[in-house]
Formats: sequence, C-alpha cells, structure tokens
Amino acid sequence: MTDILAVADHRRGELRDVSYELLTAGRLLADETGGDLHVAVISGTVEDFASKLDREGVDVVHTVDYGEEFNHGVYAQAITQLYDRLAPRYVLTPNSVNGLDYAPAVATTLDVPIVTDVVGLETDGETLTATREMYGGKVETTTELEGPAVVTIRGAEWPAAEGTGDAAIEPADVTIDEDALGSTVNGFEEVAGGDVDISDADVLVSVGRGIEEEENLDLVFDLAEALDATVSASRPIVDNGWLPKNRQVGQSGKVVTPDVYIAIGISGAVQHVAGMKGSDTIVAINTDPNAPIMDIADYAIVDDLFDVVPALTAEFS
Amino acid sequence: MKILVTVKEVATVDDEFEIEGTEIAERYLGADLNEWDDYAVEEAVQLQEAGIADEVVTVTIGPEDCEQTIRQALAKGADRAIRVWDDALEEINLLDVGAKRDLLGAVIAEEDPDLVLTGVQSGDDNFGATGVSVAEALGYEWAAVVNHLEHDFEDGTASVRRELEGGVEELTEVELPAVLTVQTGINEPRYASLRGIRQAQRKELDVVGLADLGIDAAAIEPELSLTDMYEPESESDVTVWEGDAEQTATELADLLRDKGVAQ
Ligand SMILES: Cc1cc2nc3c(=O)[nH]c(=O)nc-3n(C[C@H](O)[C@H](O)[C@H](O)COP(=O)(O)OP(=O)(O)OC[C@H]3O[C@@H](n4cnc5c(N)ncnc54)[C@H](O)[C@@H]3O)c2cc1C
Repeated sequence: MTDILAVADHRRGELRDVSYELLTAGRLLADETGGDLHVAVISGTVEDFASKLDREGVDVVHTVDYGEEFNHGVYAQAITQLYDRLAPRYVLTPNSVNGLDYAPAVATTLDVPIVTDVVGLETDGETLTATREMYGGKVETTTELEGPAVVTIRGAEWPAAEGTGDAAIEPADVTIDEDALGSTVNGFEEVAGGDVDISDADVLVSVGRGIEEEENLDLVFDLAEALDATVSASRPIVDNGWLPKNRQVGQSGKVVTPDVYIAIGISGAVQHVAGMKGSDTIVAINTDPNAPIMDIADYAIVDDLFDVVPALTAEFS
Repeated sequence: MKILVTVKEVATVDDEFEIEGTEIAERYLGADLNEWDDYAVEEAVQLQEAGIADEVVTVTIGPEDCEQTIRQALAKGADRAIRVWDDALEEINLLDVGAKRDLLGAVIAEEDPDLVLTGVQSGDDNFGATGVSVAEALGYEWAAVVNHLEHDFEDGTASVRRELEGGVEELTEVELPAVLTVQTGINEPRYASLRGIRQAQRKELDVVGLADLGIDAAAIEPELSLTDMYEPESESDVTVWEGDAEQTATELADLLRDKGVAQ
C-alpha cells in the first residue's frame, strides 16, 4: 500500500483553495511512498471539478456524481469504498469544517488512526511523522504513527498545485446507501452584513479577549475615533455579544486587507490569522512576547494594552 | 430526553514557559474547563430548563485532579457526572482520538442518551475529531461545528446550523440520536451561582475504570505517539519597540503618521 488518496473540498459550485493545496501535500507524500496520487471529488459538478483538479502530479481523479452539496454520509461512504478498492496508505482531507464532519467517521469505519490540523508531513513509507500545534499555537509538536491513516491538513500551509496534468478521470464505482444518510442539508445563509463593512476599511483597530470586559471596549472605540479607523474583533468578543458578527475577523468571519491592522489583546490563533494576514502593516499590542500574533506582526508593543492604548489615543487628541 | 455532555479539563499555559521533553513543565500549567465544552454544557442545561431534557449527564476522561472542573459543570446545572480513569491511562503522553472514542463510546453506549453534545475541539491537543468519531462508532448521526440548535426536535430530528468558513452557515437536519459538536457563540455560558456550587458538591460523581467499561488496556493503547515538542520557530522579523507605554505609544504614533493614518 503506497498510494495516497486526497479528497477535494468544494462549496456552492466552487472548489475551495485548500483542494489545490491538498494536491501539493498529496504529491509530496506520494513521492515519499513511491506511489500514485489519487484524488476524489464527491457531489456537485464533478466533471467540471475533475478537469480543474487535473493539475501537475495528479495520477487519477475519481468522480462520485451524487447530489449537489456536501453530505457527510455520502462522503464517508464514497471514501471508505474507494479506500477498500485502492488501498491507499494515507487519506488526506482538508482540516475544514466539512473535513472535520466526515474524516473522523472515515477513520473510525476503516479502523485507522486520524491526525488532524497537520501543518507538516513526512514519511519513510513506514512511519508517518506529522507536525501539528497544541495549546492554541504556543507549541509545535511532532507525532508519529505506523500504518495507514487519515490525515487532515491545515489550509495555506502548502502551496497550491499548478499547471495542467494528464490524470485519468474516472467515474468511481461506488454505491451510496441512501437509507444510511441520516442528515440533510436544507440550505445556506450568509451571516448578516450589518452597518459596517470591515473589509472596506483602510485602518482597523481590532480587539481581542485581552480587553477583559465589555466596558473596556470604550478604550478601543476612543482610539478608533482618534485615528478615524474602524473597530473589528476576534471571535470571543463577538461570541460574548459585545460586538456584532459582522465585525469578526477570521476563518468564520471576514477576510480583511487594510493598510494597517492593529491587533490589541489578540493571540493570533490560526483561525483569526486566516482573516487578516493579508493586511499591509500589522501591529500587535500584547503582553505575551511569544503570542503567535508576533510571527506575522511587523511591529509590536509587548506591554499592557490598558497602558498603551490610552497613551496612543492621547497622541492623536 | 437524556443528554450527555463530554467535559474536558484542559491545560492552560502561562505566557512564559519551558518545555521538558514532550511536555510543558508542570509549573507553567493551569487547568480550566475546555472553552468549547462550556458552551456544550450551557446548551444542555438550557434544554433542561426548557423542559426538553430530563437529565444531563457529563462524562470526562481524567485523573482525580480534574474533579474540580467536573464540579464546575455540575454547578452550572448538569445532574450527575461520570469520570473515566485508570492506571493504564497514567502513562500515556497523548491520548489519541481512537482511544478517546473507545472510552467515551463505552460510557455513551451504557448511558444510551438521545443527544450527545461535545465541544468542537479541545484547547490543548486540538484534535477536533472525537465527537464525530464517537458518533460513527455508535451508529449515531452527527453534525460538526454547530452554532445554533432548534429546541423543538420535531419528528425526532435536530435542526442545526453548522458554521462554515467565510461567514456562511449551513442549515441541516440530523436524525436523533445524534452527536453535535458545539461551536462557541451558540449561547452565553453562565457563571455558576453560589447555590449551584454548593449543590454541585452533593451531586453524584461516578468513577469508572477500564474493567467497568469492559475495555482492555491494549485496546486503547494510542496509535499516535508524541515524539517532540518545541516552541515554533518564528520566521518573523517583527520590530519590537522598547520602553514604557508612553515611549512605545509615541513610536507607534509616528509610524501611523508616516503611513498617513490620522495627524
Ligand atoms: C472552527 C473554528 C473557527 C474559528 N473562527 C474564528 C474566527 O473567524 N475569528 C477568530 O478570531 N477566532 C476564530 N476561532 C477561535 C480561535 O481559535 C481563537 O479562540 C480566538 O481567535 C482567540 O481570540 P483572542 O486572540 O481574542 O483570545 P485569546 O486567545 O484568549 O488571546 C488573548 C490575548 O490577549 C493577550 N492579553 C491579555 N491581557 C492583555 C493585556 N492586558 N494587554 C495586552 N494583551 C493582553 C494575551 O496575551 C493573549 O495573547 C475559531 C475557532 C474554531 C475552532
């Protein structure tokens, strides 16, 4: 067993970027195991998806033409059947919200281990060494496992595969047991736009859990007013109901690309960074010199926000 | 309806810390109820207050030390708790998804709840896979990353919203019995009241070992082993301004003026 099976992600008629990144990770692994890279694309306009996934390094694209949108039962059944036929060593899926909705079930059915949110991969054909983070990104770890496994990879860690390949595109020989599908997707909804569009702002003053109390948000609004900037936030601030959802920056919030992003009391968890790493200049104000936000910040003040923010506001008043 | 909630005590790490082998040195660690599980507990307690759930049971894998965290969940309104522990677990440096699935699965099979709520992930090992694994193993339906749950359960289904990336939510119906992995923001977790804390002391907290669950130690031997832990190498070329708050604020103000932000 040396082949790799990678499972593409798509939503509402579009392949998601991580699908192409998955091809790169899959090819690297296949080179190490000396095997082929098989890609599965399940549901939706599979023919169209398959031709887009036929990039350099892909050997076969298996299409499962069943239903329009994601259903985890369809994915789990299709992947386990493909696995039984192809006997790949590793199944790679994105560590996306949908990936996490089927990959653990696939691993359980196949009775193989699962390792999630992987940022680095290596194998000598026998042992798989996966690099992942723990404690909210404070440490990185390596974990090893023997034998076949399901691996979910973090987005934006591998470059997207490019070029055109000469993969065989094959309708997969799988049967879906409809009676076993216990969940139905009834539709989608965009989270309300609201009054302010933070993705339009040139300067964002962004606030995180370091602010501690709702009342303290005044400090941040005062600064934003002095700078003529817009206030955005990390998830906990929105979860607490202190600011509306349309102010949330991140994976499940908005992607922003301002000229200046000032992250105040924000640790820089990967899901937050996903929404703001494209900012031109990133400034962090944080008491923790090792907070992950420091890795992407251009400038930092390692100090108490309750001292720094009022002092900064005073500079402009 | 009976609801079971998985509750984990997670380690919190100080700003400054040291690594010893494949662990963070004990003296830099604290303990807390896993953030995502806190929301799962709250959702279950709200279902109980709405008269929909008859009983809310928590289940935790962990040593005796974590009973204070379990009592937190009881103080918020859970009825009773089960703690799974065994000497065989003491030696394991990273309990993987498969082992957690087998341990929690055995308890859930025994308790036979209609609904299982778990956190989306735990803040320490960050696997995000236990809930769906357990569901598949037990033949339950499931939904991952749920940020809204309708409380009527018409026709034996749960209507949920799954929070996808990019501000899109998926509307899904899931047949019961089901496991839902709960995302933060689904509700506002309460603080335990003093009365709740007092009552929690008297609530039942059962401890079960592998033998009680009919599990062989070899069966939960993790297939994943932690081989290294280190501080991530920073590729950052961040400029850190030194000085007191006034000085650093002036540096930042100068930068902002240079960038044409305010005057
Ligand atoms: C599926 C999923 C999707 C998610 N989507 C998003 C998303 O879209 N956006 C998002 O932001 N998060 C998202 N998250 C949550 C994310 O994992 C983090 O939990 C969150 O970003 C943490 O927010 P924070 O940095 O404000 O809080 P914390 O991680 O608690 O960090 C607080 C920071 O403040 C600092 N601090 C504390 N006190 C002070 C002080 N007095 N002065 C200065 N600094 C101080 C601390 O050192 C720390 O670094 C998601 C999680 C999951 C699982």
